[in-house]
Amino acid sequence: MTTHHVTLTVNGEALEADVEPRLLLVHLLRENFGLTGTHIGCDTSNCGACTVHVNGESAKSCTMLAVQADGASVRTIEGMADGATLHPLQQAFWDQHGLQCGFCTPGMIMQAAWLLGENNDPSEDEIRHGISGNLCRCTGYVNIVKAIQQAAGTMAESASAPVDGQAVAAG
Amino acid sequence: MGHSVKRKEDPRFIRGQGEYIDDVNLPGQLWLDIVRSPYAHATIKGIDASEALKVPGVLAVITGKDLEGYKLHWMPTLAGDMQMVLPTDTVMYQAQEVAAVIATSRYAAADGIAAVLVDYEPLPVVIDPFKSLDADAPILRPDRGPDKQTNRIWHWESGDEAKADAALADAEVRIEEDIYIPRIHVASIETCGCVADWNPVRQQLTLHMTSQAPHAIRTVLALVAAGAGLPISEQNIRVKTHDIGGGFGGKVPVYPGYVLAVAASFLIGKPVKWIEDRSENLQADSFARDYHIHAELGATKEGKITGLKVRTIADHGYSDAAADPSKFPAGLFNVITGSYDFPNAFVEVDGVYTNKPPGGVAYRCSFRVTEAVHAIERMVDILAHDIGKDPAQLRMENFIQPEQFPYKSPTGWEYDSGNYPVALQKAMDIIDYPGLRKEQAEKRARGELMGIGICSFTEIVGAGPSHDFDIIGLKMNDGCEIRVHPTGKVLARIGSQTQGQGHETTYAQIIAEELGFPVADIKIEYGDTDTAPYGLGTYGSRSTPTSGASTAMASRKIKDKARKLAAHLLEASEDDLEWINGKFFVKGSPERAKTIQEIAFAAYTNFPQGMEMGLEAVDYYDPPNLTFPFGSYICVVDIDKGTGEVHVRRFVAVDDCGNVINPMIVDGQIHGGLTMGLAPALYEEIRYDENGNNLAGTFMDYLLPTAIETPAWELDKTVTPSPHHPIGAKGVGESATVGAPPAIANAVVDALWHLGVRNIDIPITPPKVWAILHDKGIA
Amino acid sequence: MIPAPFDYVRPSDLDGALRILAEREGDAKILSGGYSLLPLLKLRLAQPALLVDLRDVAGLDGIVETDDELRIGARATHRRIHEHTIITSRYPLLRDVAGGIGDPQVRNWGTIGGSCAHADPASDWPALLLAARARLVCRSGSGEREIAAREFFLDTFTTAIAPTEVLTEIRIPRRGKGVGGGYTKLERRAGDFATAGVCTVLRLGDDGRIAGSGVGITGVAETPFAATDAEAALIGAAPSDETFRSAGAAAAAQSRPSADIRGPVDYKRAMIAELTVRSLRTAVERALAWRG
Repeated sequence: MTTHHVTLTVNGEALEADVEPRLLLVHLLRENFGLTGTHIGCDTSNCGACTVHVNGESAKSCTMLAVQADGASVRTIEGMADGATLHPLQQAFWDQHGLQCGFCTPGMIMQAAWLLGENNDPSEDEIRHGISGNLCRCTGYVNIVKAIQQAAGTMAESASAPVDGQAVAAG
Repeated sequence: MGHSVKRKEDPRFIRGQGEYIDDVNLPGQLWLDIVRSPYAHATIKGIDASEALKVPGVLAVITGKDLEGYKLHWMPTLAGDMQMVLPTDTVMYQAQEVAAVIATSRYAAADGIAAVLVDYEPLPVVIDPFKSLDADAPILRPDRGPDKQTNRIWHWESGDEAKADAALADAEVRIEEDIYIPRIHVASIETCGCVADWNPVRQQLTLHMTSQAPHAIRTVLALVAAGAGLPISEQNIRVKTHDIGGGFGGKVPVYPGYVLAVAASFLIGKPVKWIEDRSENLQADSFARDYHIHAELGATKEGKITGLKVRTIADHGYSDAAADPSKFPAGLFNVITGSYDFPNAFVEVDGVYTNKPPGGVAYRCSFRVTEAVHAIERMVDILAHDIGKDPAQLRMENFIQPEQFPYKSPTGWEYDSGNYPVALQKAMDIIDYPGLRKEQAEKRARGELMGIGICSFTEIVGAGPSHDFDIIGLKMNDGCEIRVHPTGKVLARIGSQTQGQGHETTYAQIIAEELGFPVADIKIEYGDTDTAPYGLGTYGSRSTPTSGASTAMASRKIKDKARKLAAHLLEASEDDLEWINGKFFVKGSPERAKTIQEIAFAAYTNFPQGMEMGLEAVDYYDPPNLTFPFGSYICVVDIDKGTGEVHVRRFVAVDDCGNVINPMIVDGQIHGGLTMGLAPALYEEIRYDENGNNLAGTFMDYLLPTAIETPAWELDKTVTPSPHHPIGAKGVGESATVGAPPAIANAVVDALWHLGVRNIDIPITPPKVWAILHDKGIA
Repeated sequence: MIPAPFDYVRPSDLDGALRILAEREGDAKILSGGYSLLPLLKLRLAQPALLVDLRDVAGLDGIVETDDELRIGARATHRRIHEHTIITSRYPLLRDVAGGIGDPQVRNWGTIGGSCAHADPASDWPALLLAARARLVCRSGSGEREIAAREFFLDTFTTAIAPTEVLTEIRIPRRGKGVGGGYTKLERRAGDFATAGVCTVLRLGDDGRIAGSGVGITGVAETPFAATDAEAALIGAAPSDETFRSAGAAAAAQSRPSADIRGPVDYKRAMIAELTVRSLRTAVERALAWRG
């Protein structure tokens, strides 16, 4: 069996590994790169616990081969906070009690981040559809929806807030 | 108390820094994967591991015959039955463990199990528990004693049969119904797994695992090892749980995979990791429910209930692996008289073996309360419809009234406190019940199908008092140990476990309430049996009633000592001291005060002669009674006549779990519980075909609700403190899962009652509803 | 769940991919988005010796309209189709189908070609391609051929694509005046494969009667199929619920459902009848609104 050398930019850092073609991206992240924030909850691409961004698009990393992501830019939950400063979604999940056991949370936050990138002011219905590929067994989704709404608000505020005295376009 | 403190555990989870079992990796670690049976009942004629052993990375293949040499091929269950670790000759359910492959990587182990060849000879499969009791059914468990050569595991009854029979015979109205509560699976998003680490030099076993009851696991392991003559004794067994990705009862039992990993580590002398995949989890782990209930209810023609008789067949699969207390093989199912005051009740349950995986564990309700509540709430609804009385009114007229508490039920429970009419009225007000009934009448006139369902449940949690409650002999009391450090910071360790409930926060709030330390200064630890005090773990909403109580009681022991220290520091008599907001002060002289932090410092620096240094306490709480949370739920559904789809339009839940420690967390528990009530009501079921194949073995077919199916739950509460709990709390985790399914089922039946529908078993799927509509000429 | 071992290549152009397929005839499998194939690999239901990843093959994800066709590259993701301006402005039916597949992550990566080549008996795109009388373009080393959708889906997980071919493009007749379509599916839960799904495409003549009809059905046979009896029942009829119901009955009669965990046979047939009616209502509404 051949091995393939893959190079990925993960959370801004260039990482590489020699992998079997069958290695799943989620295992590359968790076991080769030690980024255990991305979780595995099913095997059939239903639960979304393994959601990460690949080239900006949310993906279920248990349904993607590491070799498919060769050369790609990958963002995981570990890349969301800026040092001590939480990403608005992380802050909102905390503020709104959008998590209990925490197992689905990284995938849920990554999917929500993708969703807000696509639609910065989603309705409740759009949020529920946007996270329909992510299962949570603890929260009943109520507070997850609230958290995403809070983060959307925070991100809209910071996008329109003057930075260094200069007004920036809200996109 | 009563504050929505943000959770202390969340910073690690939101950054992806939780440490779940698959995140634990040890140097030199090997991998274990499991060969599983494709047959539900078969003789194993041979296992050929030769090809598997040629797979690169595969080190060993373990079979039942190998374990037999160590007497490890069977293990005890928490219910006092036996369960196979690996079979030596017969497999008893589809997906049962047949052999274990040990390899150097996860991938090699997977290749190894694909290469193990097993020769099976299929045997007749018993799937229907009623047929299992037929005289000509094969005896599924010939290993049991000569007096137990039957598929009936046990018979259990409660109440007075003669009085119940008499009440039913005299009843003006008598209804009966068969109600089936199907097999379901908790399906926490994290599956089960472990890393077993036997150190032959230190003779130390460290078992990192997903367990809701780590201390019980430690003791069971010690007993099994002693039985097998292995040199693993309890002081050298350490169970560590780390973070757990959801439990809901599925992580209480001991699964063969855990024992196999321990055995493999013991044999090889290296750490061995086993992580279930989702199919294994859904097909082989213990299941919940599977109760076939026949209920009879008697009443006056005005609808006053006079008697109840219930006969139940409980399908436990091939082994009774439930975690029910020893005296209660059917759990607390005899709470089935519910929220209603009537004198005569009789309940009997027969546990039965079938060719299915072990059943009888929890699905966010350990002790059969869900089954009981479903039965009584369905029966009460049928009674109301039968006599033409509004279901809310009929409940109001039959409720145990507030002044009747403590209330002795006809099956022997003493309900601690409650105020049922207020909770139901509140739910009716929120949802505008009269308005809904008006809307329903208008819609029905137009041929539209809309239903309103009520459930007024009474829960029974917090097992339990030592005179009645034990599991394999272990009394169900839980401990808390509190250490106050010299600088006034607190470390508290609890015997219960957390798998999402937020104990790191709520237990800190209890201590903060009792002793005045800021929540931020209190660290809560659990899940390491080397350090945490003993406890039976977290399930059945028992943490707050037991560990929560011991936390309050240990805090009070600390306060007692703090009072002595304060008296010493203030040169006052203890009797002259008053406690307010974390300070002792001399009555009448508020300026003469010592804060709890000053007292803590003195406990190490300036304590009176004869007093022990330090400020620490341990408490094991033996609850005097169970607690009885309750609530009233109202659900509105619309039914699509063309497809049979049920849409939950609104759902109002009014809960009463006594005094609330953290309202935010309680609301979160109810949101989740409601969703785990919606799930079996409409979506989830573990079904088997006639050959015993599990038809819902992946998340493609075992249908957890997504955010789309889940309604925006509307919550409110009433507060009726528990009179016997130190802080008046009752427990809340499973309430909503208990209360939601009958509210939904009642709503659907309410929508269809005029067509002659009396009952629909859950899950109420579109094909079931469509079949009814089709039958009645509606669809 | 871990796939069995396989080799992997990622050719940089289509000719390279076709060369490899020719060399490894039969034991290579094309990898597009992976959302259909990877679950099969993980369950070890598929154990190819070689995966040929089309990721680096450019030019396979275009969406263009010619004078008479809408052409969609096989590697266009469901999401790209859902959001493309041609689709959002003129093809609400395709937008409905694309937006209802799986979940957002699946739609981000899953492709129309991958879905069609996988040929799950309950997948969504085939119903549309059958109803719209689309053609699928397959390329091999010896050239290109078009296969009518109605000759493409042969059996469960089986299509007319030869082992040496790559599905490159989907060609759907350009939407003309008075044409509208509807897709209605029943799923047990969001993201589920369809219990039953009906796609209809209608062309209304100037007299308001149905001048052209296509009915594609998924979930109720070994493979998605065109309900030709329902199509015939619609032709020449004036749109009405009565017409729709007779088409629904014909579609139901032509279905070959099997009883399974999604429901019994009579239920599934009844659902086809019901969904056909609902789909046709949408199709007519859109046909009336579309003046070309």
